[in-house]
Amino acid sequence: MAELRNMSVTDSRTRSATRRVTAAPDTVISAENLTLGYGSFVAVRDVSLDIPDRKVTAIIGPSGCGKSTLLRAMNRMNDVVPSANVQGRLLYRGLDIYSPRCDSVELRLKIGMVFQRPNPFPKSIYKNVAWAPKINGYRGDMGELVERSLQHAALWDEVKDKLHQCAYALSGGQQQRLCIARAIALQPDVLLMDEPCSALDPIATARIEDLIDELENRYTVVLVTHNMQQAARVSDLTAFMYMGELVEFDATETMFTKPGRQRTQDYITGRFG
Amino acid sequence: MVLVQGEPSTDDEGDRAMTTRVRWAEQLIRHALFACALLSIVTTAGIVWVLASESFAFFREVSPFEFFLGTRWAPLLEPRSFGILPLICGTFLVAGGALLVAIPIGMGTGIYLSEYARPWVRGILKPILEILAGIPTVVYGYFALTFITPQVLRPLIPQTEIFNVASAAIVVGVMIIPTIASLCDDAFRAVPRTLREAAYALSATRLEVSTRVVVPAAMSGVVAAVLLAFARAIGETMAVTLAAGMTPKLTLNPLESVQTLTGYIVQVSLGDTPAGTIEYQTIFACGMTLFLITLTINIVAHRVLKRFREVYE
Amino acid sequence: MNAEPLDFQPGLARRRRAGRLFTLALTAAGLAGIGFLIVLLARVLWEGAPSLSRDFLANFPSVLNPPKAGVKSALWGTVWLMTMTVLVSVPIGVATAVYLEEHAPNNRLTRFIHLNIANLAGVPSIVYGILGLAVFVRWMHFDRSVAAGALTLSLLIMPVIIIASREALLAVPQSFRHAALALGATKWQTIRAHVLPAALPGIITGVILAVSRAIGEAAPLLMIGALTYVAFVPEGPFDAFTALPIQIFDWCDRPQPQFHHLAAAGILVLLSILLPMNAVAVALRAWHTRRKAWQNSGI
Repeated sequence: MAELRNMSVTDSRTRSATRRVTAAPDTVISAENLTLGYGSFVAVRDVSLDIPDRKVTAIIGPSGCGKSTLLRAMNRMNDVVPSANVQGRLLYRGLDIYSPRCDSVELRLKIGMVFQRPNPFPKSIYKNVAWAPKINGYRGDMGELVERSLQHAALWDEVKDKLHQCAYALSGGQQQRLCIARAIALQPDVLLMDEPCSALDPIATARIEDLIDELENRYTVVLVTHNMQQAARVSDLTAFMYMGELVEFDATETMFTKPGRQRTQDYITGRFG
Repeated sequence: MVLVQGEPSTDDEGDRAMTTRVRWAEQLIRHALFACALLSIVTTAGIVWVLASESFAFFREVSPFEFFLGTRWAPLLEPRSFGILPLICGTFLVAGGALLVAIPIGMGTGIYLSEYARPWVRGILKPILEILAGIPTVVYGYFALTFITPQVLRPLIPQTEIFNVASAAIVVGVMIIPTIASLCDDAFRAVPRTLREAAYALSATRLEVSTRVVVPAAMSGVVAAVLLAFARAIGETMAVTLAAGMTPKLTLNPLESVQTLTGYIVQVSLGDTPAGTIEYQTIFACGMTLFLITLTINIVAHRVLKRFREVYE
Repeated sequence: MNAEPLDFQPGLARRRRAGRLFTLALTAAGLAGIGFLIVLLARVLWEGAPSLSRDFLANFPSVLNPPKAGVKSALWGTVWLMTMTVLVSVPIGVATAVYLEEHAPNNRLTRFIHLNIANLAGVPSIVYGILGLAVFVRWMHFDRSVAAGALTLSLLIMPVIIIASREALLAVPQSFRHAALALGATKWQTIRAHVLPAALPGIITGVILAVSRAIGEAAPLLMIGALTYVAFVPEGPFDAFTALPIQIFDWCDRPQPQFHHLAAAGILVLLSILLPMNAVAVALRAWHTRRKAWQNSGI
């Protein structure tokens, strides 16, 4: 454990990134010595990293390494768990996400999320997409917004004739793209994706990965995945976490060709995980 | 030693005798248990048979037309009249009023329990609801008659009669709050957590998550809860008899006295009515009507509930 | 910041305010039940406590002399009724639950029994009274006796006992059964020695709640003709009787206020039996659930 902590702290790239957090205009979300836990259990320990604007950042690591907890901290989804606790700082464009001044509802307008399993509402496809814009007082043409969101989620052509059918009639992959459409209907700044393909078959996974590539131009994407190939395929930067600590954070290409740490090398070559 | 199933060697003669005895005993116990289970069917059959046979005798004297469509109920006074509509009207007036009280409070409590309450608050509120459900209905009747009507309703609205629908509806409403609250709580908790997370992530407030995701998703469970509570309110006897009075009447005025199906049955049973007379048979005709109404509502409620469970389990 | 800025007016302040109002309304709804309970108990205590005395428990009811009236016959009637009801309904109810959970094949008859029990639980209590009147009082000639009352109440609470016992049996892990059966125990030995003891706290909770429901029931007893004025204590199952809820009903139904005070005192006696029973049932269940949670996490 001590050795691991040492590694993450001495990682030069992360450290320097932490220091220039408010100075760097291209940083959207930055964690500063962030520690997250439930009750006495520590899920994420002393993590510092910067998520750059309009890039896909992947967080990889074996299950239980804290990558989902870290992701869910970014839009305060951990608030739902009463015993959750936070130390250190987590900033969204300079605003401390966990300060009392930050309203979680307002924050989530800017930071959308897609979950592990597709979770459309038991409503029509149209209402699924229109739901959030409606409660958030969208003043424009709702039909147009729904269409554009579905187009951006590469789902429009498949559902344009059955917008008023129940979303549960769609396949798993279509449901997940619907959830993406639902999230981007609010035009968020950041899109958090928590293993969005883990419940999908390879073909549906490929479509979502293509979609993530396209989304990159419009949104900052943070992608948690246990699938290293996926991280390699779609992300610009990759963070590797192990047992709650950040082991290494670098450009994806560097991570997968010449990782700086032995443990990263072991993980991406499949020696454990 | 090779053991072939069903053919123990002769050395095991004693064992075999014991095994046979044990098997006998097992069979006997099994049959006894089965007989107990059959008793529930016998009970239902008994209810149907008793109600149907006496009602049949009743309908030889009184035409079903007069019974179900007549608007005057006066079986104990001359000139007699057997139109059950006033009793049904009184029954639904009280039960409907009870729902007006119980649906908002019961559903509100259900939402509070499943979406808002911290575990310790839940741990206190749930047993209190159970105590409320465990208070005998005659106590509610006492409370309606000696407190709600004279101390609350009549000071507010002086023309309220001593016996009135409103006081009965209020106490029956309170009586069915626990049913609605705890069934709604169950239904809301059956809604998958992932739907709540989806809504929160779309920048919804707790109010919006509760009312626009959880409640609609659990709607059939809520409907079943309301139906089951409605059936209970219709079958409620003591509070209604004490508070609503004994005046069969077609009215919608909650400040007047009415009579319910159950109230009438109690009224007859308080007098000493000889078996075989038409007055005695009216109990069964009214009982049959009451049984069919509550059974229908219960069956529909269980259907709805089953469909709801199939969606989320 | 994005390509096409959208026209959102999230109205966060308004929504926060609505949320606070809603929370307030829900809290009020949650407190409404508690408030009603407090007012009810306070009222009963206020009205009934002055009439409550040793004499009240020791005297028979009196129509002519309210100050000297008591609940002796009603109290003993209730004790008789409960003892007999428990003796009849608990063995049969638990046996039915054991059959349905442990033995019953999954066939049409079993499904029908399940459905039937669910519907019986929803039949109004007064209908059970009509059944008791026709079957026990008239057909079996038990007349207006403790036996007729107890049998009627037994039928009434049987579905409640069956449903609660089934849930308790269902909660016993299959591994308990497999372990015993694998050691050569017969099915009944397994049930008696392993399954029933494990399900016992749940069954007892259900039985207490069911019996406390029976104690408070007046309608079916009125139907079978329990007398409201009884100046003796029943000495056998075939004696006439009255019971606490019947006596309370009778006092409530009289217009004179002094009888209402007697009713309140009677309610105090009734509640002082019921509330502790409910408290024990609730505590037992809480204890049992906690223990189960502990066991599960231990595995």
